[in-house]
Amino acid sequence: MPVTQTDETAPGEAGAGETAVIDDDRPALSGPREAAATAADLAGLDALDAADEGISGRRALWSSLWPKLAAITLTLGVWQGVVWSGVKPPYVLPGPGPVLAELWTMLADGTIFEAMVNTMVRAVMGFTLALVIGVVVGSLVARVPVLRAAFGSLITGIQTMPSIAWFPLAILLFQLTEKAILFVVVLGAAPAIANGLIAGADQIPPILLRAGRVLGARGFAAWRYVVLPASLPSFVGGLKQGWAFAWRSLMAGELLVIIAEKPSIGSVLQVRRNLADARGLIATMIVILVIGIVVDTLVFGRLERAVLRRWGLATERR
Amino acid sequence: MTPTTTTTLSPAVSLNRVTKRYGRGQRQVTALDGIDLDVRPGELLCVVGASGCGKSTLLNLAAGLDQPTSGRVTAAGRTALMFQESALFPWLTAAGNIDLALKLRGIPRAGRRARVEELLATVHLAGFGDKRPHELSGGMRQRVALARAFAQDADVLLMDEPFGALDAMTRDILHDELERLWQERELTVVFVTHNVREAVRLGDRIVVLSSRPGRVTAVLDVPLSRPRRIEEAEVGELAASVTAQLREEVRRHAGDADR
Repeated sequence: MPVTQTDETAPGEAGAGETAVIDDDRPALSGPREAAATAADLAGLDALDAADEGISGRRALWSSLWPKLAAITLTLGVWQGVVWSGVKPPYVLPGPGPVLAELWTMLADGTIFEAMVNTMVRAVMGFTLALVIGVVVGSLVARVPVLRAAFGSLITGIQTMPSIAWFPLAILLFQLTEKAILFVVVLGAAPAIANGLIAGADQIPPILLRAGRVLGARGFAAWRYVVLPASLPSFVGGLKQGWAFAWRSLMAGELLVIIAEKPSIGSVLQVRRNLADARGLIATMIVILVIGIVVDTLVFGRLERAVLRRWGLATERR
Repeated sequence: MTPTTTTTLSPAVSLNRVTKRYGRGQRQVTALDGIDLDVRPGELLCVVGASGCGKSTLLNLAAGLDQPTSGRVTAAGRTALMFQESALFPWLTAAGNIDLALKLRGIPRAGRRARVEELLATVHLAGFGDKRPHELSGGMRQRVALARAFAQDADVLLMDEPFGALDAMTRDILHDELERLWQERELTVVFVTHNVREAVRLGDRIVVLSSRPGRVTAVLDVPLSRPRRIEEAEVGELAASVTAQLREEVRRHAGDADR
């Protein structure tokens, strides 16, 4: 009797005219027919069980867009209503029309762009620095129990500290320079980023850590292949929050620390106030709001959704 | 050629007077007490016991995830452990999970791709490699976990109630699958379950554990020929007698509650 062990084939092909002979010292268990039947049963169950593809496309986009458009329309309507009621004279509180016209002028003649570029460079630098510091500190605190006991609550404490309260010290330390602004932006964002990582590492299901150990992931490999990816959803939440803190700190900083010949969105705001130019002031505020929203939704919102969908924590678009 | 008599070989896993206690003082619990057990190479050994008998502790010790309080645990080769939950990493696809197991064994990237496909085909999941765990059913997840365990190329597969959370139909099919793979790959399997019928369906031998402290109260040979079916009368009869022994154990502890 020839002892040939046929390879198990994919469902549907299994046992097609082949002979499977099991080792002669073991009791014969299943011939090709039984193996094929098992494969077919499995394929059938799998077909029934496989998850449906999520819905997506234009409808989802529209259903998320129209409430936002409605909200903007409503806001402009209320604003106009307040202006028409005449509680404040129009040179103090102009209506949406003149403000949007001013905004258009600012964008058309390009004066605001130099300020936007300077501000965004600071934002990116500050956030990047905060990211590096937040990840290093967060990793150490999440990993080392002693550091956790020592600094865990301190990090949360720094996070609750209003960033504007850091400025007097920052200006003493660095005078009215870029460094003073960066210092406060980093202090605003880094704790949120670190906390996202720490919370993520805390919430990892123990079974995944055990599975990692069973697979032989120890030390750095466990950190790299299990802990870090497992804490990513919470980490991305921390990044999003860190961005919000960084942006707020930056605006506060640019109002207080005005550097000559280096226009920024904050300094434009300050100049408009000094000139009592309410239209330009509100137009600049709209720029600040829009940048904050755009970065939050287009960068961090997308990142967060992508991670959550990938992790199976959210399957539908919001 | 594998020898016909496996008893003469050195055991695949050996537990020597193994005791495991948790906690200290008044609250100390003895999970396992003086366990002597040899797992023969190539056998499918089932461990049954009522809840709290230290079944999972036994596997953790055999897998080297935990150290015994006293006694000695030796495994002749590598061990892989499967849980009741698949414990697949949700951020990786089915293929990615298997790939990571290979990567952590130090297998270079070049050889991994083909190996992953092969392992997926082994558990009849060819074509499902790019699915994420949440897109798969419980039974499919357990098969991916099984493929991941195979990727470790372990000599001993330790299974902690692996089919406990599945519906009866899926479980029944997976019994056939496990039996087939065990025979094809000449594995040694230690299969822990609280389901006596499942133990009789699968096992060459059944180890009955008592509860608190966990002790081996009986080691039974299963004299039934393969293939077996879980609904067979012989399986039912043997299961009934093992269940009777387990009930005896549980009754012995009836008075312990107010202690």
